[in-house]
Amino acid sequence: MLLRAESLARRFGGVHAVQDVSFELAPGMVHAIIGPNGAGKTTLLNLLTGIYLPSEGRVFLGERELTGLPPHRYAAAGIGRTFQNLQIFFNMSALENVMAGRWLHEQVGLASALLRLPRLERAERKCRAEALSLLELVGLARWADAASDAMPYGALKRLEIARALAAGPKMLLLDEPAAGLNPTETHEIDYLIRELARRGITIVLVEHNMKLVMGVSGHVIVLDEGRKLAEGDPRTVSANPRVIEAYLGEETP
Amino acid sequence: MSAQLVQFLLTGLTVGAIYALVALGFAIIYNASHVINFAQGEFVMIGGMATAAFVESGLPLLVAAPLAVGGATLVGIALEKLAVEPARGAPVVTLIIITIGASIFLRGLASLIWDKKIHSVPSFSGETPIRFGGATLLPQTLWVLGATVVTVALLWWFFNRTLTGKAILAVSHNRLAAQLMGISVRRVLLVSFGLSAALGALAGVLIAPISFTTWDVGVMLGLKGFAAAILGGMGSGPGAIVGGLALGLIESLGAGYLSSAYKDVFAFIIILAALIFLPDGLAGRRRATERV
Amino acid sequence: MASPDAAAPPSASSISGTSRRGLLALAAVVALLPLALPNNYTYEIAILVGLNAIVCVGLNLLIGYAGQISLGHAGFFGLGAYGSAILAARYGWPTPLSLAAAVAAVALLAWAIGRPILRLKGHALAMATLGMGIIVSVVIATEDRYTGGPDGMAVPPLGIAGATLAGERAWYWVVGGLLVATVWLAQNLIDSPRGRAWRALHGSEVAAGAIGVDPARHKLSAFVLSAALAAFAGALTAHYAGFITPAKASFLHSIELVTMVVFGGMASTMGAVLGAAVLTTLPQLLTVFKEYEMVMLGAVMMLTMIFMPQGLVPTLGRALAAARGKPR
Repeated sequence: MLLRAESLARRFGGVHAVQDVSFELAPGMVHAIIGPNGAGKTTLLNLLTGIYLPSEGRVFLGERELTGLPPHRYAAAGIGRTFQNLQIFFNMSALENVMAGRWLHEQVGLASALLRLPRLERAERKCRAEALSLLELVGLARWADAASDAMPYGALKRLEIARALAAGPKMLLLDEPAAGLNPTETHEIDYLIRELARRGITIVLVEHNMKLVMGVSGHVIVLDEGRKLAEGDPRTVSANPRVIEAYLGEETP
Repeated sequence: MSAQLVQFLLTGLTVGAIYALVALGFAIIYNASHVINFAQGEFVMIGGMATAAFVESGLPLLVAAPLAVGGATLVGIALEKLAVEPARGAPVVTLIIITIGASIFLRGLASLIWDKKIHSVPSFSGETPIRFGGATLLPQTLWVLGATVVTVALLWWFFNRTLTGKAILAVSHNRLAAQLMGISVRRVLLVSFGLSAALGALAGVLIAPISFTTWDVGVMLGLKGFAAAILGGMGSGPGAIVGGLALGLIESLGAGYLSSAYKDVFAFIIILAALIFLPDGLAGRRRATERV
Repeated sequence: MASPDAAAPPSASSISGTSRRGLLALAAVVALLPLALPNNYTYEIAILVGLNAIVCVGLNLLIGYAGQISLGHAGFFGLGAYGSAILAARYGWPTPLSLAAAVAAVALLAWAIGRPILRLKGHALAMATLGMGIIVSVVIATEDRYTGGPDGMAVPPLGIAGATLAGERAWYWVVGGLLVATVWLAQNLIDSPRGRAWRALHGSEVAAGAIGVDPARHKLSAFVLSAALAAFAGALTAHYAGFITPAKASFLHSIELVTMVVFGGMASTMGAVLGAAVLTTLPQLLTVFKEYEMVMLGAVMMLTMIFMPQGLVPTLGRALAAARGKPR
């Protein structure tokens, strides 16, 4: 399923956070959106997940236009995401966070839920099992029953990924999954992304960490001051003089 | 203009001025601390009741009123120190319960220290009504309106021309940055609460000669002042004034032309409508979109 | 925060674990309490506790789980009470029918008014619910042709075809049974996908959207459910007491209800029940100090929120876990 952005723009008062950005994201690959701070990466991500309404432009998933729908409809269409500033459900355990992520697949009737009918019990057991296997996938199996507010930052980053995966998305958008992580934790994230890609999940990575991006992605889009600066495979993009110039003065990886 | 309309407008402006003062108190505290002080109405009550008590015990009005306002200011500072500061960082619901608890506590205290009877306070300059445009005007009304105008002017001067006032504004815009600039947030909070209490008490002293005062007069006044603050846009000083006056006028006109039994309800109906159709109020602060 | 190589992660009390124990404890208390109640007056208090607890369980679903706020829930309570009372007393409806109709009508009203106001957040939502509650209480007090005005009105007892529910003991068992049932249903709901959707909303509304939870729809369902429960308890209260006054729909009553929920512990059904129990019995014990009632209520509210901001049950839970030496 192709995710297509058509001339997307988003203005905040006088600030043009995103301007005239178009691209296509093919399924089955790892894509990356990079750019210096303030380039508009997270704004773009928010446009692709329905959190911001575009000032101009449209968003398509396959043949279906998603522009203007509320975020939960983007999620229902198959777009999952994680957040730059952790949005963990701190009022639930790790397992419950992931079980919550399965909401779109848990259509149990109100009566079954209220009366705790066998149908619900079965569904809950299945949900629990699936959530546990996702926790295993991201390497958090032993934190299953832990209160999420007792977990370290690196684990929480992976928990968000597990929760997003629980919804069974066609496309997973990761907003700076390696931000704030030490080299060991970053390596774990890198390994996880590769594993997910290997399983055929389409991933869109918004990242600063160049080593991570260049190592794992097949298609890179570079943003600068809200506009698309360059696009292509990692090698081409990293050799592009305009890209190098945009990053001049930045901390190189 | 018919005499009746003039009468309603005057009443509306008078009551509106009181709501405006109460709403300003809400706005100042909210700006400094992001707390909705549900005990604001009790400061109005203290202003009126303390004045009445002092006068009844023999003190001249000229002494009783400032003493009452001063006392209320101290109560406001105590409220901040004892109830709000210890709970800093608590979720919204908790803070709401604390200030509501404070208001109930203060009301109970008032019924113990004084009593539950209705008290009167002498008018500042006599009871002789003045004729104006066919309507009758109590001299006290002029005091209310005049004092409100003077107070608003003084507040403008305070916030724009004095260091303390500017410090309060700084804290309301960005607490961390203000602290980094050497502003004592604790002092700002104390001053804000004290100032709001004084404003409330002033309102209480001004209105008591017209509408009497009693131990639970603060409940409705506080709620309506809160409503006025929201109508004008929570946190906006000018909004609070406009909201208060608007509310007073709507209430007076509604009670006069529609139904006096439902006088108290007009304010809240307008608020509900405003919240549903104008979520940021008439002059509200647009909060920046949450960064995710 | 625990280090990455902590041996065994601290175990949060899983919802299923405590809630079943709590429910059994409640059932046991309801069943055995009559042995300790010496007279009708104490039965009356127990019944009032039960009725308040039913409202609080519902309100807790809204405040503690779905993360919203309502400072006007007494309005729903009052509407349920007066609705059933008026239909039964003035229009002669059989009371089970008037009760059901009142609850249904309140649920419909909550649905209608909830849709616009639940778009609001924080203090704006607080103000909207507060305003709604006050409008209801003023209307009830003013329309005395129907409601008997500030002095209230008499309410026929609950009954059908001549047989009425009367007497403290009968009411005790009915209310006790209904409370246990309500808690059971509430806990089932919380422990289901819908309950997790509510808690997700409370945890992070934007992340809830990202997993497909429609915030508007779920806030509304929590709001309507809690309103219906409040109306149900209100109607029962009216039929039990045989009398109803507008005070039951007042701002003060709304605040008392919220305090019970917050005091007992938000996001804890048993906490809501406990909060209702403590804050209903306390004023009864303090009737000797009738004049000091407001001062004490206010002081209790402030002190608990300052020193136990999570509420009684979670604070006790933490203390117990610490005493047992768990690194929580």
